[in-house]
Amino acid sequence: MSAQKDRWVSSLVFLLFCASSIPKCGSASLQLEPSPQHYFSGLEAGKASLAFFTPSVSPGAQPFLEQVESSAEALQDYGVSVVKVNCPKEDASKYCGKENALRKAFLFRGNRLIREFPTDALFDVNSIVANVLFALLFNEVKYIETLADLENIENALKGKSNVVFAYVPATGTAEHRAVMEAAFVYGTIHQFVLTTEAALLKAISHDDPDVSSAWLLFCHCQRAPDPAQPCRRTALAQPLTLLNIHRHLKLMGAPLVTEVAEDPEKISTVHLQLGLPLVFILSQKETQEADRRTAEFVAWQLLGKAGVALLSRDLVELNVLQRSNVALKTPDEGMPIQYLVLEDTDEVITLVEDKNKVKQIQKDEQEEEEEEDEDEKENNNQDIQDDQVVEAVSRDKKRELPLEQILVLTEENFHSSLSKAAQAVVLFYASWEAVSLAVLRSYSEVGALLKGTPGVLLSRVNCWDWPGLCSQENVTQFPTMRIYKEGQQSVTYGGMWGTEEMSSFILLSQVPCPLKLATMDEAEGYLRGEFPPELSSHHHPSLLGVFSTATSKAREAFEEAGNILSGHVRMGMYFEDDALVLSQKYSVSPPALLLSRSGGRSVEGIALSNHSVQDMVQMIRYELLDIFPEITVPNLPQYLQLGKPFLILFSAGDISEMESKEMLKLAKGRPQQAFVACWLNLKKTPVGHGILRTHFSTTPSLPLLLWVNLHAGGQVFKFPSEQSITEMNILSWLEKLQAGLEIPSSTLSEEDWKPPLPAYDFLQMMESSMPELSPHPGDTRAQQPPQSPAGDTARGDTATQEEPSQESTAEEFGSPGRNLRGTAPRLAARDKQGKRHSEL
Amino acid sequence: LGLALYTSSLCMVSGATFLYHDYCIIGAGPAGLQAAYFLQQAGRDYIVFERSHAPGSFFALYPRHRKLISINKQYTGKSNSEFNLRHDWNSLLSHDRRLLFRRYSRDFFPNADTMVRYLEDFASLLKLQVQYNTAIIHVTLEKNEQAWNGHYFLLTDQDRKNYKCSSLLVAAGTWVPNVVNFPGSEYVEGYETVSINPDDFTGQTVLILGRGNSAFETAENILGVTSFIHMVSRSRVRLSWATHYVGDLRAINNGLLDTYQLKSLDGLLEGDLEDLAIVKDKKGKLHITLRFYLENRNISAGIDSITLPQDELDNFATRAPYDRVIRCLGWKFDFSIYNRSLQMMPGKGNIKKYPQIKPSYESRGTRGLFVLGTASHSVDFRKSAGGFIHGFRYTTRAVHRLLENRHHGVPWPSTVYPITQLTNSIIKRVNEASGLYQMFSVLADIILLRENATAFEYLEEYPIGVLAELEMQTGRKAHNGLFVIIMEYGKNFSGADKDVFYYNRAVGEAQHAWQSNFLHPVIYYYKRLPTEREMRLHHPDWPLPRPDAIHHIVEDFLTDWTAPNAHILPLRRFLENCLSTDLRNFFAESCFLFAFTHQKLPPSCLQGYMRMQGLVGSQELQHHAVQAGLLQDYTHTDFSDDRPPYGHDGSQEQLMRDHGIPVRPLQHLVNTKDE
Repeated sequence: MSAQKDRWVSSLVFLLFCASSIPKCGSASLQLEPSPQHYFSGLEAGKASLAFFTPSVSPGAQPFLEQVESSAEALQDYGVSVVKVNCPKEDASKYCGKENALRKAFLFRGNRLIREFPTDALFDVNSIVANVLFALLFNEVKYIETLADLENIENALKGKSNVVFAYVPATGTAEHRAVMEAAFVYGTIHQFVLTTEAALLKAISHDDPDVSSAWLLFCHCQRAPDPAQPCRRTALAQPLTLLNIHRHLKLMGAPLVTEVAEDPEKISTVHLQLGLPLVFILSQKETQEADRRTAEFVAWQLLGKAGVALLSRDLVELNVLQRSNVALKTPDEGMPIQYLVLEDTDEVITLVEDKNKVKQIQKDEQEEEEEEDEDEKENNNQDIQDDQVVEAVSRDKKRELPLEQILVLTEENFHSSLSKAAQAVVLFYASWEAVSLAVLRSYSEVGALLKGTPGVLLSRVNCWDWPGLCSQENVTQFPTMRIYKEGQQSVTYGGMWGTEEMSSFILLSQVPCPLKLATMDEAEGYLRGEFPPELSSHHHPSLLGVFSTATSKAREAFEEAGNILSGHVRMGMYFEDDALVLSQKYSVSPPALLLSRSGGRSVEGIALSNHSVQDMVQMIRYELLDIFPEITVPNLPQYLQLGKPFLILFSAGDISEMESKEMLKLAKGRPQQAFVACWLNLKKTPVGHGILRTHFSTTPSLPLLLWVNLHAGGQVFKFPSEQSITEMNILSWLEKLQAGLEIPSSTLSEEDWKPPLPAYDFLQMMESSMPELSPHPGDTRAQQPPQSPAGDTARGDTATQEEPSQESTAEEFGSPGRNLRGTAPRLAARDKQGKRHSEL
Repeated sequence: LGLALYTSSLCMVSGATFLYHDYCIIGAGPAGLQAAYFLQQAGRDYIVFERSHAPGSFFALYPRHRKLISINKQYTGKSNSEFNLRHDWNSLLSHDRRLLFRRYSRDFFPNADTMVRYLEDFASLLKLQVQYNTAIIHVTLEKNEQAWNGHYFLLTDQDRKNYKCSSLLVAAGTWVPNVVNFPGSEYVEGYETVSINPDDFTGQTVLILGRGNSAFETAENILGVTSFIHMVSRSRVRLSWATHYVGDLRAINNGLLDTYQLKSLDGLLEGDLEDLAIVKDKKGKLHITLRFYLENRNISAGIDSITLPQDELDNFATRAPYDRVIRCLGWKFDFSIYNRSLQMMPGKGNIKKYPQIKPSYESRGTRGLFVLGTASHSVDFRKSAGGFIHGFRYTTRAVHRLLENRHHGVPWPSTVYPITQLTNSIIKRVNEASGLYQMFSVLADIILLRENATAFEYLEEYPIGVLAELEMQTGRKAHNGLFVIIMEYGKNFSGADKDVFYYNRAVGEAQHAWQSNFLHPVIYYYKRLPTEREMRLHHPDWPLPRPDAIHHIVEDFLTDWTAPNAHILPLRRFLENCLSTDLRNFFAESCFLFAFTHQKLPPSCLQGYMRMQGLVGSQELQHHAVQAGLLQDYTHTDFSDDRPPYGHDGSQEQLMRDHGIPVRPLQHLVNTKDE
């Protein structure tokens, strides 16, 4: 506050200094002139001076002269010099000669006499300054006596300038001086009107004003829209001092409503500089007009008490409640802006007008914040859930899951149910575990998706209810999904826990893997994706092993690989006599794999040379990868496993044919590809925005080609956007990149995954309350009472000794006693935890 | 093992014939049968010797009034069989679901005959090797360097038949009645033989010596027909609901406390029985006097010559003569059959009725001799449940696991999990494990961390007293730090004179969990295994030496520690900070983002998503996560409009208002350093 005050005081001083710098003044405040002649000859044209003519010895004027001397300095600021003119004894001129004149002061401008003041009107500095300025500002400050006078002036000035009306009970007072001094500065801007008529004051104010004190009203005639309407008047609420008047005029001169479009924290207006609060009316595009009217209305009410600004939320990002409509910024340094939700404008006004209230709010908030800080220190938000899965599941727990399609299995019905179904899917989960419950939600969607699929039984086992069953089935982790065929052997699911992925696994598992194809027609149909019919709706690449009957070893390995890949890959095999014919169609000879993508439109023949099961699984997995895949959340891990850098094209939607062609050329060009060429559809995989946002502070234009060293160094290079995405351009860029000629745009964070927040340090809490746990047990053991066999009575004693210590520690750690200082919001925030059982 | 084969069946040693078995078990009570079950399951060569013709001979006699005070809870509202054992104090452990006690009795406090029947079934249904009518009357050692323990155990039965074993499991219980000898103690009837027919006590005045459950049980039986009952004992009455110790006076037997405090003539007295003397007057009434009055007198001289306390102190409390004095002082272990070379020594102080054993239940004097069941209660006397079926069924299993490792090279059973399952595995166990719950502060689950904390090994119900010997006793390695999971009551909560019902006794907030009073899980973290010395020197009030970090899961009224925010979250933070890693779960989409923005991935992504087992999450869940500010929704983002997140979405604000949760930008997820 004091800083603010200093600021505006200094600006005022500066202002006054400007005013006073018009005359060149000497350092001596009171000039002495040896004689009237001397004085008059020295008068400059236009310069005002106040002269006293004194005989050499005039004891009666002595106290008066003291006042004159002290007023000289004040008047000097206004370019008025105060001169004491010595009347030589022999002088009997106009001013010195008459006895009368010696009791007066004379105000000259140049050498023209403006006023003569009786010395009894100049009883102190205030009266001297007030009267002198009043005389000098005769034109600027109109003295009026009736309401009509005022109205006339106002009417004359409507739309032109504003009127400052001042009432002083008497002239020559400190208030009078203050008004005059203000008029000296502002007289050219506003029309000053002065009265000493109590009746006039009573006439213009509605309630009974105290006529014994001075009043100052600012009449907004410049802004008066309607000539028929009287000008709005704003009274100065503080005592009439130069500072207050200055402040008031400053405030009145400021725009009624400031429109702002930047962070309110950074805004500073004349109000804040003058130590007044600033009220922000938070506006939205839709309601801007209404908001502006509200703001103006409020501004009129608060004129002189607070500033009003209209803040457009659409232009400024506010991290506050959407509901907030008012913000209050106080001049105090470092005070955060309060965002409030207020019902009507009266609340805004009372908020500001009731200064105490503001202060109180501030104080409360400070305290609250301090408390919160304390809390923060205490628990550091440790008790706020930061696990996205756990939090999402607990927010969803009240929703009843549609699990009608899913059979609940128990220890009693597990085996009987499984043996009845040709294929039973079992989800093992724990009802308290978040990941399990998240998967259960997707599983319920699988149930809806596969509803009516013949031969598939969906079921679940809650391992929290049936731990024996789960351990018997060797389920150690939750969730686990298994497919039991005829209640016998089972396949454990190892894919993504998404609805689609699980459904696809269940459907694919229906068909033996590999599926034995009996005829050439079946084999052809299989490659086209039409056979078997139950899988025709699924668009997986099909893999057909073609074996001549002799190559049984390769076939066995293929079958074994099929067991491993069951549910994940569509596999068939054909080993009829005409297998050779089939394979030769695709220019391979058995044993061979035929890989059919997109419904048989492209079939690739791959010769089988290695007959180890593991290698075959590996090979099949590799062959199933696309050359230029669209990277999605579910398929990324498959490509990451290759351990290669990524050349990834970010596209706003589908990539253009040209880009696709060029990239495909690039990807196909190098058979032993050293990188994964892929693209990302931001529409389909919106999280890609997150990737771009992390690496680029400004928005890069799309499509955007990035080289990401995922496994070594983590540098991210951006393909120059001015170049077109062609194979040649990319290749030469890659060469430069490899040669180290390019600068990475960004780097993947190297950070370790540390604990997001500290834990409660119970060890430290316990140690400070129970020193026996301290790291040196030897020292404390000696002080412990020996554990005697007849320890019962002894134990009783220690118990009573321990009692108070327990209490004191409880206070120390704010534990059980803390509910005493709990405020209502705190209780509300914490009641979810339930304070104490005994209170339930 | 070869040795075992070689020595099996008959062998001749110095002329005597010995029947050899790897394991000999003395006693076919609950502990003996429980041990037999585990040995049988493991396919070991064992025999159980039982002096009676049927198992559980102690239960055939005791308790005299036939009411077991171990609870048999039929309904817990849960089907979890492991959890239900927390409230089934009578069943032994087996795979056979028929052998659950609730199938034998519907009584909450079952009849002792049911226990006998149950034990018979347990032995016969599981085909346990029990040799009945064989009372072992002598046990001695035979030194042999090739024996498992450097000696064989030679057992002799009442028929002078000899048996030889490599390992001896003593499950003989405590069955020798405690007696006090004082002048006139011959007038005292023992609990073992006293009439249980209330009619025999009609109108009588009775003095009961002792203050345990048997004393109160006896009193309870005759409360309605006696003129009055007085009960005298050195120690003050300890109520089990005040001490959490099931061996103290159970509420079911405490009728006499009621009548005493409700001024109905019955009463409790404190005094040392050793100072007591009883004299019988001519009418056959028994008078209480003090031993020192008799010091220089001949008791046979007749009552008239003996000073009675009321002669000097005419308001002496027990001046009224008694019709009967009954001794109910409990039992002690039968030390008599062990040769001195076995050094079966009684414990010191209040555990002198039990033999001295180590926390591994092995005798202090003889290697290879393990004490099981009630006789092993010195380990946790007046603390936990090791002296009772619902406790020693677990310690017996622990002993069996120690033996399997020591003699057969079968390491302690364990499961290896990826580190992402750490929180889950603890939560699962503290919520259902019965061994941890019943044998609180005695048996602990141990988590052994693998290198780089990417995986861990979970060991169940290891005796924490031998934590320092863990590697040797289990055959598992603990090089990378370990967690010890036990259950504890609050340090100052229970005790004979404590008010256990004081207001605000329960702690509700997770941050004050260390002040929890009721039984709650506690997790100790050690960067390395505590040494023997540290185990020896740790404070007696603490079950373990000072850990590197400790976590209390706040007590729960329902003993259900699955609340995501109050229980699981603080536990995860503790584990994360011990391991210095981030154990949060992430949806596949977050992992995808991390893969392109981070060189390292959090464990949840590494072990799930990267292995193609990402958590895709339904629409609703993703939406909730976005609302919580823990996942960013990019779907509606117009990339050309580079506005910060959430600008378009009022849900954040909605959230703030509804839950008072401060908005956390996603950066917290992406960049932990900023916090």
